[in-house]
Amino acid sequence: MPWTKVYIDKTEYEDALDEKGLRGISFRDAIREAQDQLLESNSNVFIMGEGVDDPGGVFGTTSGLVQKYGKRRILDIPIAENGLTGVAIGSAIAGMMPIFVHMRMDFLPICMDQIINHAAKWFYMSGGRVNVPLVIRSIIGRGWGSAAQHSQALHALFTHIPGLKVVMPSTPYDAKGLLMSAVNDGNTILFIEHRWIYDYVGYVPEDIYAVPIGKGVIRREGRDVTVVAISQMVYETMKAAKALESEGIDIEIIDPRTLKPIDEDLIFESVKKTGRLVIADVACRTGGIGAEIACRVSESVVEYLKAPVKRVNFPDVPVPCSPVLENAFYPDFNSIIDAVRKCL
Amino acid sequence: MNGNCFQDIQNDMLLELCRKILLIRRFEEKVVEVYPEQDMKTPVHLCIGQEAIAAGVCINLKKEDYMFSNHRNHGHCLAKGIDPKMLLAEFYGKKAGCCKGKGGSMHPVAPECGIFGTSAIVGGCIPLAVGTALASVMRGDGRVSVAFFGDGAVDEGTFHESLNFASLKKLPVIFICENNFYATSSHISARQPHSNIAKRAEGYGIKGIQVNGNEVLEVYKAAQEAILGSRKGEGPVLIECRTYRWKGHVGPDCDYEKGCRPLQELQEWTAKCPVNSYKDYLIRKGVITTEGYQEMIDKIDSELESALRFARESPFPEEKELFDDVYYMRK
Repeated sequence: MPWTKVYIDKTEYEDALDEKGLRGISFRDAIREAQDQLLESNSNVFIMGEGVDDPGGVFGTTSGLVQKYGKRRILDIPIAENGLTGVAIGSAIAGMMPIFVHMRMDFLPICMDQIINHAAKWFYMSGGRVNVPLVIRSIIGRGWGSAAQHSQALHALFTHIPGLKVVMPSTPYDAKGLLMSAVNDGNTILFIEHRWIYDYVGYVPEDIYAVPIGKGVIRREGRDVTVVAISQMVYETMKAAKALESEGIDIEIIDPRTLKPIDEDLIFESVKKTGRLVIADVACRTGGIGAEIACRVSESVVEYLKAPVKRVNFPDVPVPCSPVLENAFYPDFNSIIDAVRKCL
Repeated sequence: MNGNCFQDIQNDMLLELCRKILLIRRFEEKVVEVYPEQDMKTPVHLCIGQEAIAAGVCINLKKEDYMFSNHRNHGHCLAKGIDPKMLLAEFYGKKAGCCKGKGGSMHPVAPECGIFGTSAIVGGCIPLAVGTALASVMRGDGRVSVAFFGDGAVDEGTFHESLNFASLKKLPVIFICENNFYATSSHISARQPHSNIAKRAEGYGIKGIQVNGNEVLEVYKAAQEAILGSRKGEGPVLIECRTYRWKGHVGPDCDYEKGCRPLQELQEWTAKCPVNSYKDYLIRKGVITTEGYQEMIDKIDSELESALRFARESPFPEEKELFDDVYYMRK
């Protein structure tokens, strides 16, 4: 299906999309288009964040929106992340639908009080009387010496909190469709984007559509090993699949797309078929989403496992700067190939 | 109380203020009375001694105006119009409570009368009030938002971030600081370099006013002016109301016995009781008689008795409701 397809190089998607007469746009443009259509179709939607109206447009994801919607709805803000998260929550309580954008996910720890103690709990504490329809976009990345405070992926922290949802799309199609769903969901949603996949192109319909939150997708069917790949790791896993194919190893790639609530049934069904599981994440190992997935598999379908579960993660150290250390830090498709081989 | 500057206040308003201030006092005293039974399984932060602030501010608000509060919220909620039945049922953990038993004493809400949340994280609700004010400006709905908080919240970053942003965008939000000089048992002198909270407003380019928080008409007048101005687009105002809590930080007992505060200080403030001071003023002015005042108390007491009976007799939530309302479901 065109909407589940992942293209890892340009000629591949150009051929595939042109052949079918489908429009291909980048992940970055898919995010921008989703916001544009949300702003146009619903006067309650607005975007806030540091630099959302500047010429860079948050890596191009908000470019042009201030010219179209004005500074009131594309709201530049003081550098006061926690207080302004509270402001976003208040506006959401009053029925607005804010999208709060953070250029780095590393800035979210500043907002933990408002996200965890307030946004996540308001609906429950109020006995279901006051909800907080807030989307918090944050961007993760890697490389170029960004070091320990500009490269963190903290999705697992947020999956621990009841009341929050955590979404991590990997394709342009899902980026647009999941952002549409997130803004209309009525809850507080962490929407996490990997900057390295901003230029990847894929099929994106021009119309408004929704991708359901909580539904994963099979990116590649296979019989030997299930690899659950998160965010940018989907692309590394696709590369690994190609290499392994030549050895006669056929992996199945699951992209959960949402980490909370996670589509555990999709993972269980795949594990039942393959009997082997690798989880490839873009974050540190201990207490990560891989641990949660492995635990759920062992609680529910352990009898199908033919080999121990393997994880591909960042090591449990802060991100270093030097290119030599960075190379040693980040896993890639070779790490996934190794993990798959160890399962066999 | 010097009555000269309050001449223009109508008798109906004076009496309504009296009813509100008494409702809060009698409600809190009722909690003190029943709390030792240990059926009310929620930490209570009582506002006895501080009632004039909630009454004097909220009487100026419309039903649809937004209000946010903190852990010491009973008075604010009652003054804004919450049904005491629903508040007490919440304290008893009942399904009929204002949060279906999910929030307790620290988190009441009543969206039907503009109460959209109460946070037990110090300073937590201040930016939320700024957010509803932002929404009001975006929609042009003319509503005003009010955040109640204590002097402890002035220690927090959210206070400063909120004042900065509210001033920057000229939002219709009123910051009401109830300065009772203590955060739990830490005196303000141990936490802040000077004790004039109203002065903080100046640094953010907004109006800051200091009033005697134990004089309801002083609070009423200051809040009235601030709210009217804010509704007209004049931006936020910070009102520091100086007051004192008679009970400990939490629970029905006083904490001077534990050495948290000097007894003499407590006695000085109980002598400045906001309820008695206002009662004396009204009687002196001939707005109410001693008998009329007692009738008002009796009526409130009988309402509270029936609310208490309702709360005690109404059913608990079912166990399965534990899992309800974690996530909003769009209909």
